[in-house]
Amino acid sequence: MGQTLVEKVLSRGAAGTARAGDFIVAGVDIALAHDGTGPLTVRQLQAMDLSRSPRLASALLFLDHGLPSPRRELSNDHVLLREFARETGARLHECGYGICHQVVAEEYARPGAVIVGADSHTCTAGALGAMATGMGSTDVAVAMALGQTWLRVPATMRVEITGTPDPAVSAKDMILSLIGQLGADGATYMAVEFGGITVEQLDMAGRLTLCNMAVEAGAKTGLVASDDTTRSFMEANGREADWEALAPDADAVYSSTINLDCGRLEPQVSRPHQVDLVSPVGEVAGLAVQQVVIGSCTNGRLEDLQVAARALAGRTVHRDVRLLVIPASRRVYLQALSLGLLEQLARAGAVICSPGCGPCPGVHGGVLGDGEVCLATTNRNFQGRMGNPRSAVYLASPATAAATAATGVITDPREVLS
Amino acid sequence: MIVEGLAHVFGDGVTTDHITPGRYYHLRSDLPRLAKHVLEDADPEFAGRVQPGDLVVAGRNFGQGSSREHAALALRLAGVGAVVAASVARIFMRNAINVGLPVVVCDTAGIAAGQRLRVDLAAGTLVNLSSGQRLSVTPLPQVMIRLLRDGGLVEHVRLHGGLAIGESEGADSGDG
Repeated sequence: MGQTLVEKVLSRGAAGTARAGDFIVAGVDIALAHDGTGPLTVRQLQAMDLSRSPRLASALLFLDHGLPSPRRELSNDHVLLREFARETGARLHECGYGICHQVVAEEYARPGAVIVGADSHTCTAGALGAMATGMGSTDVAVAMALGQTWLRVPATMRVEITGTPDPAVSAKDMILSLIGQLGADGATYMAVEFGGITVEQLDMAGRLTLCNMAVEAGAKTGLVASDDTTRSFMEANGREADWEALAPDADAVYSSTINLDCGRLEPQVSRPHQVDLVSPVGEVAGLAVQQVVIGSCTNGRLEDLQVAARALAGRTVHRDVRLLVIPASRRVYLQALSLGLLEQLARAGAVICSPGCGPCPGVHGGVLGDGEVCLATTNRNFQGRMGNPRSAVYLASPATAAATAATGVITDPREVLS
Repeated sequence: MIVEGLAHVFGDGVTTDHITPGRYYHLRSDLPRLAKHVLEDADPEFAGRVQPGDLVVAGRNFGQGSSREHAALALRLAGVGAVVAASVARIFMRNAINVGLPVVVCDTAGIAAGQRLRVDLAAGTLVNLSSGQRLSVTPLPQVMIRLLRDGGLVEHVRLHGGLAIGESEGADSGDG
């Protein structure tokens, strides 16, 4: 009987073939935490007497959420993590290095790897054909020290994406549309395997966007088969040696299949305050916004900044809007810099921010005022998400965000880019 | 293990941003203070009102969103004896079990605020003492029952010197 992508990945370490439904103890290849979740991981390692495990030298830590630090309590957490890294040899990525999931995609993830992270968007790395999933700090502490985690091999929902989208429509619109259809718990516990001709033709930036938001439908993970696009991406990041092809079997067994035809897909928006409240942009067009964010692990890549720059060409940011542009990693930042994108965006009136999560988790870097509305390329619009329960967040693609930044109201990017 | 207390009722889709909002991120290393703000944006009076052993009763997809274990910890520290919900988001469920906060999955539509509930975790039963209704509870996977019985993941690892989860822990129901 054929295997799904996630069954193949989880079968690698297991004693036998891993099938959907099996409870297994999986070997973990990559374990990570960040400044929000890492301190608890450190304390739990102490509580379990595992702080001296030699395996901790392979752990990855990222200072990306609350940096540059806005207050001393957070700074003290960062001091704790730096100390831990010094003591254990764990690899610490400093302020400005980049958002954990972007850096993992660039530098660490590889097809067939099992990746566990103390952040729900760890599933992003599934775009490289890995099994990547988010867990809490203590689960990750165990994974870091013991190199293991228990889990149930997920059943897989296959998502076949076909059709050629409008030039102004992108992976973000595809995944928002899917989440709108499935609901916030429509894929709970499942692996979502993205495939079909449109995915085969999608660049890695788009694949990362798809997998990043699988968790917003409740999924355990999202994955895309590893192919030549994966190889090119890894090569561009100096890691071709870690590439291998990995695809589901033709006779793999899926619990369900969803078909998404992008041929007539319109730009999509998630309305406050649930990710699955998805509508075509036309239904919310014309609503005034005060802040626009282009960035995050969902859409902070070079390709996203390029789309934004195209949509803003010949325009400036509306006087009643602040546009925050946040490259997802130093690598992206430097590429965008050398291509003149950051200058272009800055001249148009954008605020260019340091690589990191920015205002997405509501800690700093763009917290909203009472009654304010933000349109963001991020992944969550829960009430209070961007730091103020009396504000509203709409989620959209970089194209929609850039078009909106210029007009000051939610704008269909097809008016600008098609 | 018995949990008995009053029901505090919430609706569908309670998020980790409701449970532990981002604006209290700086309290993640001060859990007792963080617990004072638990569920603040869903019910500002909850943290002050909840008594030890009380139950948070909710609809679908409780705990959706972030992997922050602090959400489960804050609930436990605030005195919540158990979470009872129609369905629970994956990472939250795992975190709750890991920190020793029991989670009960059942049809909560008939439970009203202030009613007295009695949960028997070992027997897998929930009785609404105020209405007399006995609710059918979805059993947790064996591995989660084991972790709860051990007192959480840290206690489990200390007890067994690692993950002591074999194939016998497999179950027909539940997930992780």
